Amino acid sequence: MGRYWRTLRRFWGTALATQLEYQLNVVVELLAVVLSLGGSLLLLSLFFGPGRELGGWNWNQALIVQGFYTVFDGMTTAWLRPNLGAIVTYVREGTLDFVLLKPIDSQFWVSLRTFAPAGLSEVVLGLGLAAWGAHQSGVVLTPAVLLTVLLMLMVAAVILYSLWFLIAATSIWFVKTWNATEVLRAVLASGRYPLEAYPAPLRLLFTLVVPVAFLTTVPAEVLLGRASLPLLVLGFVLSAVFFAAARSFWLFALRHYTSASS
Amino acid sequence: MRIFGLNRRIVRALLGSQYAHMLEYRAEIALWALSGVLPFIMLSLWSGSDARSQLGLDGVALDRYFLSAFLVRQFSVVWMVYAFEEDALLGRLSPYLLQPLHPLWRYVASHLGEQLTRLPFAAGIAGVFFLIQPQAFWIPSLGGFLLAWLATWMAFAIAFLLQSLIASLCFWSEKATALERLLFLPFLFFSGLLAPLTAFPPAVQDWVRWTPFPYLIDFPARVLSGDPVNLAAGFGAQLAWVVLLLPLVLLLWRAGVRRYSAMGA
Repeated sequence: MGRYWRTLRRFWGTALATQLEYQLNVVVELLAVVLSLGGSLLLLSLFFGPGRELGGWNWNQALIVQGFYTVFDGMTTAWLRPNLGAIVTYVREGTLDFVLLKPIDSQFWVSLRTFAPAGLSEVVLGLGLAAWGAHQSGVVLTPAVLLTVLLMLMVAAVILYSLWFLIAATSIWFVKTWNATEVLRAVLASGRYPLEAYPAPLRLLFTLVVPVAFLTTVPAEVLLGRASLPLLVLGFVLSAVFFAAARSFWLFALRHYTSASS
Repeated sequence: MRIFGLNRRIVRALLGSQYAHMLEYRAEIALWALSGVLPFIMLSLWSGSDARSQLGLDGVALDRYFLSAFLVRQFSVVWMVYAFEEDALLGRLSPYLLQPLHPLWRYVASHLGEQLTRLPFAAGIAGVFFLIQPQAFWIPSLGGFLLAWLATWMAFAIAFLLQSLIASLCFWSEKATALERLLFLPFLFFSGLLAPLTAFPPAVQDWVRWTPFPYLIDFPARVLSGDPVNLAAGFGAQLAWVVLLLPLVLLLWRAGVRRYSAMGA
């Protein structure tokens, strides 16, 4: 275990050093993060007005959802896209062989090899926005609530990672499926808004098939103190199922990997 | 006779080869088409929201607007800067520059080839939409359809020129795609892809009309969906943006090529 921690520190230390070589890029990325959040808030504000609600959520409550969405968008930018997006390159160029030969778990390596610092600023901004929304909604934060929120955010992170990983791993067979993650991104964008704002069939889709609901709406509900226990349990079960699926799919995919140009 | 370096044989060869090339990647393009579902998600959100009344799109007009926005986006999407950056970094650009044809035409042809490959997939998605929402079905008049086609092509031309402008900066900086992200953000929020322009407060609307963004999705989508819209103002603005951008792109391109010293420069 200690070996993995040490490796991780090295991975991210070198990633940070590489990124700081391109300083203009970092500035542009940060500007993009701020503009993107500003645009999202403007778009969200269009749904509100005096006495208007979105699916029974008021402006401040919707801000919590938007905040959590920003957190997970940041996680995607920081870790999922740079790492999982590179799998297809490893397969095409045959460098996946080098990864498989290393005395370390290959899924660990391909999932956490690098990170993009710009995404971290998004995570921080998102947490800030969620905290502001919670404060404005008059949420009293008890240790129990805080713990549950953190737990549900972890559940959400596992679900998001597993979804991305499942799609990225298919590039072992179809070298060109990277675009499938674009489809996933488009669907995940629905998490910007509370689940109740969607019509019933989509709500079912976003809860069970592509569990976007657990990324943003459920943690926000926990924070507002109106989440139901069965839903939280369902979240746990789903995240365990998705993670197990991602893990076994990777092992299955590797059995079909026949080295470079397969 | 050649017009802008093109004659009928060159056009046919370029389009034919690029279409064949894109057909090879049809599975990938199908996924691209599917990744454009965002307007439908926004439609489901808008149609159930309290704020719907302020859009000025009642009943099926809203469904038609977002379906049109989806279709316009499908046929005006531009990825030129990514293709160009790769070509420039890998040195593939050098042989293109030696040919007696402006390299930008090659990118135009590959976009047109890709649009043709995309056509059946986009039509399929529209078909599924009408199965779910049969009351929204409509067939635009021939005149309306041709106008919408023209507006979509103009939108494509503006988007293509904007990206070419950024691509020309690749001659100076290797990471010009980062700038593309900054251009994409205002496009995403103000083009009408996520919310019709009428959803914004009047002050924002007035300001946005001076940018190219609403003419990329909102205007062509309204023409296609048969919404009453000021055709003269819309086409006039589209034409003005093309006339403004085209010389800029050509000038910047020429200055860039002069700087270019092949492979990794």
